Amino acid sequence: MAFFRSHILVSVDPVCLEKGAHDIFDTLLDELGKKGLIDEIQVLETSRIGDPETLGPDLMVYPEGVHYVNLTPADIPYMVEEHFLKGRTVDKLLAGESKVAVDEEVAPPKPKEIRIVLRNSLGKIDPLNIEDYIAEDGYAALAKILSEMTPDEVIDTVLKSGLRGRGGAGFPTGKKWQFARNAPGDEKYLICNADEGDPGAFMNRRVLESDPHSVVEGMIIAAYAIGAGQGYVYCRAEYPDAVRTLKVAIEQAREFGLLGQNILGSDFSFELEVRMGAGAFVCGEETALMASIEGQRGQPRPRPPFPAVKGLWGKPTNINNVETYANVAQIILNGADWYASIGTADSKGTKTFALAGDVKNTGLIEVPFGTTLREIVYDIGGGIKNDKALKAIQTGGPMGGCIPASQVDLPVDYKALTEAGSIMGSGGLVVMDEDTCMVDIARFFMDFIQDESCGKCVPCRIGTRRMLEILTRICDGKGEDGDIERLEALCYEVGTASLCGLGQGAPNPVLSTIKHFRDEYEAHIYEKRCPAKTCRALINFVILEDVCTGCTVCARNCPVNAISGERRLAHHIDPDICIRCGICAQVCNYNAIEIQ
Amino acid sequence: MTVGTIASDKARQVAQEVCQQHGATRDELIPILSDINRQLGYLPAEALDEISTQLKIPKSQVLSAASFYSMLSTQPRGRHVIKFCESAPCHVQGGREVWLALQDQLQLKSGETSPDDRWTLETTSCLGQCADGPVILVDEDIYLNVTPDQLSGILAKYK
Repeated sequence: MAFFRSHILVSVDPVCLEKGAHDIFDTLLDELGKKGLIDEIQVLETSRIGDPETLGPDLMVYPEGVHYVNLTPADIPYMVEEHFLKGRTVDKLLAGESKVAVDEEVAPPKPKEIRIVLRNSLGKIDPLNIEDYIAEDGYAALAKILSEMTPDEVIDTVLKSGLRGRGGAGFPTGKKWQFARNAPGDEKYLICNADEGDPGAFMNRRVLESDPHSVVEGMIIAAYAIGAGQGYVYCRAEYPDAVRTLKVAIEQAREFGLLGQNILGSDFSFELEVRMGAGAFVCGEETALMASIEGQRGQPRPRPPFPAVKGLWGKPTNINNVETYANVAQIILNGADWYASIGTADSKGTKTFALAGDVKNTGLIEVPFGTTLREIVYDIGGGIKNDKALKAIQTGGPMGGCIPASQVDLPVDYKALTEAGSIMGSGGLVVMDEDTCMVDIARFFMDFIQDESCGKCVPCRIGTRRMLEILTRICDGKGEDGDIERLEALCYEVGTASLCGLGQGAPNPVLSTIKHFRDEYEAHIYEKRCPAKTCRALINFVILEDVCTGCTVCARNCPVNAISGERRLAHHIDPDICIRCGICAQVCNYNAIEIQ
Repeated sequence: MTVGTIASDKARQVAQEVCQQHGATRDELIPILSDINRQLGYLPAEALDEISTQLKIPKSQVLSAASFYSMLSTQPRGRHVIKFCESAPCHVQGGREVWLALQDQLQLKSGETSPDDRWTLETTSCLGQCADGPVILVDEDIYLNVTPDQLSGILAKYK
């Protein structure tokens, strides 16, 4: 894929066009050509950026997020020279307020990225205008399958592409569709799982808010393939904006004859509705999700029967998540071979991740499978914040696992992550530096899991609680000999005797940290020491006598008066009074306070 | 939003209206419950009773659904509900300080309602605005990049 260092998005909404946006566009291309920048900077058309009446014609430059307004063709040569050759922002062409609008969620693609799912997510199209999506080849795939392909051919194409479910389990999508198609019954349902509940993961929200039609189109194609007449998007109530955008998208698709009776004049009919959750993490699990749509408690049920055979209202049902559907139209348009050429032998295509934690560039990324964790953390993420050392990478959300820094060259695909004791999950990727306590991390995730356990399976309901108690005890310095073994035994029981992914995955954060960081557990239990100096019960703040100048700042700021000492003489912290709040270390101007 | 408990005939009337609006079928139960919860601030027992009659399903099943989801409440709540995002990304971006300051200013702990019925304080799971944490949600208004010193200004907007 060609890589551009900058993107210029020229607004071409009707008002800007009337005011001469096309002249701006052409002049830009001429000028970039003259300066030899045409291979480095891409010029794209976009819908409205600012208010076209007062600001048009206008354009946006990424990655800087600079918004130039009220342009005339005469402004362009100067702007190109200053901004793109000399790297200086042209102040007189900026909008009055909010001079720089930086998108904190998605940056322009880095060299190692390939954007398929996020292709339209960077303000390239107006999500509330279906025509924008159509202009980017939107619904061309739908037209193609309705006019040229049988449902079996569609399934074949998806099978050959190697697309696997992006919701976490990674089941081959084509196979899932085949099961649903072959299941007996005339009435079939299609569901999009938009219940993205993993903390810190917001890939699906971004896609729904910036490019909802890619999901709608993917769903219509899937419905045609399996023979479904009714579809639901189940979106969590925490995402009101995504629900709003999606509803507008569905309404517009209906007006354009892309949903409803006889789509595009064919015999195929399909209706789509949005259903909102009401706050339950476990509803991301497919059987719990269906129970919720049916108006019940969102509790999972045993599988088999799988949803493809007996799903919503007991009818054959196909469930995929947002990202899976967002890939479908591109596969139909560009062919299965194109998709299968991206990625590894076992995992085809790309995966979006929400990169978070102690890494310099956080936000959404999309990389081909097979990209190594090192490339993600250092080439795309820009390395560890404050130039500290990498300790571990946590993938797969709360039920995922931690991969130690020693395995940073691991290629990211379904198989490699599972073998390393973690999972792909929906795409959370948290980078942790040397100051992170792995026992504390396990405790944090177990706290989340036990809170979200729906309570149906006893091993999950009670087992996660017991595990949390043990982990909390260890962090509090009250760990006992045998606690690690007790955790391992509980992990086995909870993992094997729970119905759904929440309970089955609950052991991952514990087992993976024990596997790779057993010495930290042992240090907590036997030496009553937290190697990362994080667990408050196990650390002491100590004043280094030869560094302390006796300035009294620490003593004056201590909330519990634990610090004593004469002015100009070294001070002392009483460990029995100290509450380990760390304020003294923050206020000390001489770095005289050490954590031991 | 509302003050204190709801008169039983009002609860029934609202429940009846909402059921008619959505269509009184089983699959509309969660949307119906969410709607009543939004209008009345919580789900009074009389409303659940009315839903059971309208949808022709046992009361136990209505209560079973109503008590399962964290966004539905069977207890009266304050006029304004403040939800604080308790997930990790917000936590590490200064969320802990905001949470402490919030509890301190309102003199409430999680799940409590103030004696004057002005506030209910709750935590919520991830709102997906992780690039702009810490995040709080007051009724339906979302506040991003919140710092402890902004809190009094935000709270003053809600009477």
